[in-house]
Amino acid sequence: MTPPDYEYLRKLLKDHSGLDLSADKQYLIESRLLPLSRKCGVSGIGELVQKMKGGSSSIIAQVVEAMTTNETFFFRDKVPFDHFRDTIMPEMLKARASRKSIRIWCAAGSTGQEPYSLAMALKEMGAVLAGWRVEIIATDLSTEVLEKSKSGVYSQFEVQRGLPIQLLVKYFKQNGELWQISPELRAMVQHRQLNLLHDFSQLGTFDIIFCRNVLIYFDQDTKINIFGRLAKAMEGDGFLVLGAAETVVGLTDVFKPFPDKRGLYRPSGARAASPQGATSMPKIAAMAGR
Amino acid sequence: MKTCLVVDDSSVVRKIARRILEDMDFQITEAEDGEQALASCKEAMPDAVLLDWNMPVMDGYEFLGNLRRLPGGDVPKVVFCTTENGMDHISRALHAGANEYIMKPFDKDIVTAKFQEVGLVALTEQSSV
Repeated sequence: MTPPDYEYLRKLLKDHSGLDLSADKQYLIESRLLPLSRKCGVSGIGELVQKMKGGSSSIIAQVVEAMTTNETFFFRDKVPFDHFRDTIMPEMLKARASRKSIRIWCAAGSTGQEPYSLAMALKEMGAVLAGWRVEIIATDLSTEVLEKSKSGVYSQFEVQRGLPIQLLVKYFKQNGELWQISPELRAMVQHRQLNLLHDFSQLGTFDIIFCRNVLIYFDQDTKINIFGRLAKAMEGDGFLVLGAAETVVGLTDVFKPFPDKRGLYRPSGARAASPQGATSMPKIAAMAGR
Repeated sequence: MKTCLVVDDSSVVRKIARRILEDMDFQITEAEDGEQALASCKEAMPDAVLLDWNMPVMDGYEFLGNLRRLPGGDVPKVVFCTTENGMDHISRALHAGANEYIMKPFDKDIVTAKFQEVGLVALTEQSSV
């Protein structure tokens, strides 16, 4: 990010939201606006700023929203990772005992904090997974954030948000001010560029799908369409994990809430009402800035 | 109200930390070095200690060792907060009984996250929209 872009964003955020960033918060802007760039279909923060200067009030609103409320960090929200360890994995270890393999999809993998948090959670489970094959596929629209995810390199700020110090010591290597997650953990995560608006059946079938804080950017019809296709990409006894403020309730009956576990859903066995292909969504493509 | 002892030889850092922790509903006492901190703990054991490493008289590492040997000294959650950001220092601190570790510079989010990590602050539902 160039210093003029940073100054522009600082002033805009101050004017629109009262958020007062000090001169050293580039990391914060990058961690929040790179995922947004991806969703707006632009290549990076520079292009995003160009659009804002061009007067796109929708983009300005999204930037303000992203900066004031939204952020990705390790073990974000904690609860979904407790569900993963205490509910999802024990169930899967039983259900997949004969085939000893589990496929996990992080559908908004972003800069890697979520897939690597899952990888660490799996490592922490220890010997119960000996002999098992666990795949984690991280997808994202932006190749830029995927590159960051692949590198597994994080700033000192990023590794201090949500990551217990014991896990930092155990799974990261220090390189000056930067921290890189170990090759063993990086090897547990595969990366693919993917737009959720497009067909994703080529990814295969999953046992567990994390799809957090990405559907909020889509309109209702698109959400319903994506839920329908997620259900098809999932084993009948799989698990879907949504963000804290997201739900399927009132949108679709292809997933049903898992009792007493917020954000956790399972396929209901119902078929999506009207299966639609990606081609039937020109409206959404327009919204995404294409 | 939970108590936190803030140990740092910089009055500026103590002031910043005090403001952040008071917002989190901690009652704050301050110490300028490990020796003062130890005396304070002998008088009244705090729930938490936010601890600098490099200080005159007695450094944070030595203080931690002494604290953990005191009766009841295993109770306080100790969170280092230091410019010593090397893996070797972090490992030594954890071996000596530190519960968490903040690498300076820090901000409110990091302090909050680390205090949640050691169970001193309830996990707040993070807004996602």
